[in-house]
Amino acid sequence: MKHLLSTADLSLEDAVLILDTAAEMALLTDREVKKLPTLRGRTVVNLFFEDSTRTRISFEVAAKRLSADVINFAAKGSSISKGESLKDTALTLQAMGADAVVVRHPSSGAPYRLAHADWIDATVINAGDGTHEHPTQALLDAYTLRAHLAGPTGSLRGVRVAIVGDVLHSRVARSNVHLLQTLGAKVTLVAPPTLLPIGVEQWGCAVSYDFDEVLADQDAVMMLRVQGERMNQAFFPSTLEYSRLYGLDTPRMATMGTNSIVLHPGPMNRGMEISADVADDPRSLMVEQVTNGVHVRMAVLYLLLGGMKESAS
Amino acid sequence: MDHGRVVMDGSDIARAIRRLSHEIVESTKGSQDLVLLGIPTRGVELSQRIAAAIEEIESQAVSQGSLDITLYRDDLRLKPARALLPTAIPVGGIEDKIVVLVDDVLYSGRSVRAALDALNDVGRPRAVRLAVLVDRGHRQLPIRPDFVGKNLPTSTQQLVRVHLRDTDGIDSVVVSEEVR
Amino acid sequence: MSLVLRGIRPYGDDAVDLVISDGLIVDIVPVGQGQGDVIEAGGLVGLPGLVDLHTHLREPGREDAETVETGSRAAALGGFTCIHAMANTTPVADTAGVVEQVWRLGERSGRTQVRPVGAVTVGLGGEQLAEIGAMANSAAQVRVFSDDGKCVHDASLMRRSLEYVKAFDGVIAQHAQEPRLTQDAQMNEGALSGQLGLAGWPAVAEESIIARDVLLAQHVDSRLHVCHVSTAGSVDVIRWAKGRGINVTAEVCPHHLILTEELATTYDPIYKVNPPLRTASDIEALRAGLADGTIDVIATDHAPHPHEDKDCEWAAAAFGMLGLETALSIVIATMVEPGLLTWRGVAERMSSAPARIGRVREQGHDLVVGAVANVIAVDPSAVRSITATDLASKSRNTPYVGMQLPGIVEHVLYAGNPTVLHRQLTW
Repeated sequence: MKHLLSTADLSLEDAVLILDTAAEMALLTDREVKKLPTLRGRTVVNLFFEDSTRTRISFEVAAKRLSADVINFAAKGSSISKGESLKDTALTLQAMGADAVVVRHPSSGAPYRLAHADWIDATVINAGDGTHEHPTQALLDAYTLRAHLAGPTGSLRGVRVAIVGDVLHSRVARSNVHLLQTLGAKVTLVAPPTLLPIGVEQWGCAVSYDFDEVLADQDAVMMLRVQGERMNQAFFPSTLEYSRLYGLDTPRMATMGTNSIVLHPGPMNRGMEISADVADDPRSLMVEQVTNGVHVRMAVLYLLLGGMKESAS
Repeated sequence: MDHGRVVMDGSDIARAIRRLSHEIVESTKGSQDLVLLGIPTRGVELSQRIAAAIEEIESQAVSQGSLDITLYRDDLRLKPARALLPTAIPVGGIEDKIVVLVDDVLYSGRSVRAALDALNDVGRPRAVRLAVLVDRGHRQLPIRPDFVGKNLPTSTQQLVRVHLRDTDGIDSVVVSEEVR
Repeated sequence: MSLVLRGIRPYGDDAVDLVISDGLIVDIVPVGQGQGDVIEAGGLVGLPGLVDLHTHLREPGREDAETVETGSRAAALGGFTCIHAMANTTPVADTAGVVEQVWRLGERSGRTQVRPVGAVTVGLGGEQLAEIGAMANSAAQVRVFSDDGKCVHDASLMRRSLEYVKAFDGVIAQHAQEPRLTQDAQMNEGALSGQLGLAGWPAVAEESIIARDVLLAQHVDSRLHVCHVSTAGSVDVIRWAKGRGINVTAEVCPHHLILTEELATTYDPIYKVNPPLRTASDIEALRAGLADGTIDVIATDHAPHPHEDKDCEWAAAAFGMLGLETALSIVIATMVEPGLLTWRGVAERMSSAPARIGRVREQGHDLVVGAVANVIAVDPSAVRSITATDLASKSRNTPYVGMQLPGIVEHVLYAGNPTVLHRQLTW
């Protein structure tokens, strides 16, 4: 594997290797000296065309713990905001000797393009592209699910996960559907019909418009961020109606199994898809997701960059 | 099964482990501050068996764990990325302890170098010693074992493979001519 | 001075000598009996010069992508003796001045007949009618009006346009795309667009506009032409309208006859086009519609773009692909070889029908004595491998690179003058 562009490209073995490696990374960095020498001399560029402080910092911490040199290349105030093309930015990074480019881009497929257009030979890691995918988010979600529901190296086979909210615009949902199904989990998408993509019935997972109907049967619920602006595009009548039908609040949470957990990729809209009480409940694992994100990204960086350089695919 | 010459069989290995255990206890003057850390994969099984032998000799539990060196290797870029193996530092840590690193075969010395680096990030032992089942020579670094099960003169063309009961189903050390 | 196309097989029929003089076909005689300068055409299929109803020449305004001259070269090499230059230039061809400029550039080039298309609304803005009468009465004699690239989506404005062009025997060529259903649209809407995270361009956005427009055309008894039909549903709507006697014609683009949406999985914008590539079942319906006459013509929607507008991420890339130099080959591969269209059918769909729709008197004639000598000779069995740099267009955005396509245009006579001989431009 040279790039990480989509969780659909991961076999069960690949996915388990990443999660197992992340578990080792967690142990190795749970001590005073958190740094490992593994990627000494390697250069990782964080190329962010969209603001995302949490994802960028997570990748930065992961790369630095593996001793890589990290260059942050943000769109704001740089040549990118002055209209430089993705290609020219890529050529610049190539000239700087980037070994890996971690890219966040508003256009679906931009990381794929970066990896395959013959502009650079660096490893490309997709840190979120448009409404397409966000593979490391799905990996950290799977890691968190595994840690709580199956033990550190257990299997997610048969684990029931509901992904709730704006599936249509969510890269987190797409990456999770691929990865969780590869890992054997049973996924149910829950959303109003307007926020489900055409053709979702071909994704291989269950689909429901009724949150209450599916909630009791889930081992985990993954709440997606829903932007209030969607209301103006007539995806739903009002934020109030949305949260009444699809938001997770305390009474609704009470109908979940006692061992069921709640995930959210952040940033949360408290009061919209998730109530403040639920967000602060001990069964809501948002803070742990952030911690796990670093370990998963260390694992990905190590597995893609730690070995010998693979020639361009 | 492996082609090649068996240079140690089950009883040879058992004898070597017993002797290594005695030597370790003697040199560390008991098992009080001793921590055995095996280098995965077979170093871990060896260190478990040495620990069991020392417990028999001393009638006292011995601190034992494993130390993966993958992330510290100097040849990472020569092969595709490898899966990590478990690191398990025993409760009580290694601070001010006498750590004995245990590995199956000592050859270039590079694994031991990586293990010393890895150990450095875990803590600061009072002393670090090295125990190996087989020393086949051809060191590339200034590293010397403290406890050796068997010195085995080899050529660099040869392959030395250690098999252990729990890992491989049999105890044996086999030397074969490397097919290039 | 006479020219003889020796041994040519009109519509693939028996070989003859076609004798051309003073821009006309003056005689058709047995092989070897024609008198004059001989152009060897043994075994080649003779067709009337092709007519494209839908070409983007980019001049004025984007001469870095294509000019009337370079587009005319591409047209000649593709076998076209007439092309219709779309109005979405900079400035927009919405006045007599701009259409006359484009028309003069075409006359000066002399490689193919350039017929400017006039905009329906000022600046393609969709709000105020352009000076359609002035363009119709100009030296360019515009008969086809289109806001192509944009849809005339206001129903009232569309009705008025259809009515207004009746005074000049004109036609409105509609780019059928409901704008609110296609906001930020990037590819065909379906399971694949959902997976790729690319905003969908649903078939219904095309079909609903066509349905509305055929009813409007019926109501005001005018002529409607539908550009680049791309869905099976559109074919059904048009078939229904024709069945009711509505005066509607329709075109399909070569790429919609052969390429499918699966190509978007590469995220390579070379496959980004508007309307988007659809599904295999759409292709099947389009081929069937073209075979049974529901779809009247093949039009290229030749859309040149400079390299930098395609060498980028999908969403940032321009819509469109080259078509002039590959259109006939795609038609041979998708329609002639499978037996869906005869050579006479090709002549009808690529020459006679488009000439009729565009009211181009000089084009689309049968290969008979007395006809204007717009004649091409095609080697249908020759196969070529497409490379972008071999094309005469100023741009390189062809989606067919690396494909083996049948059919090569050997000779082209435009109004009796050889513009292409032995696959080469004559000047």
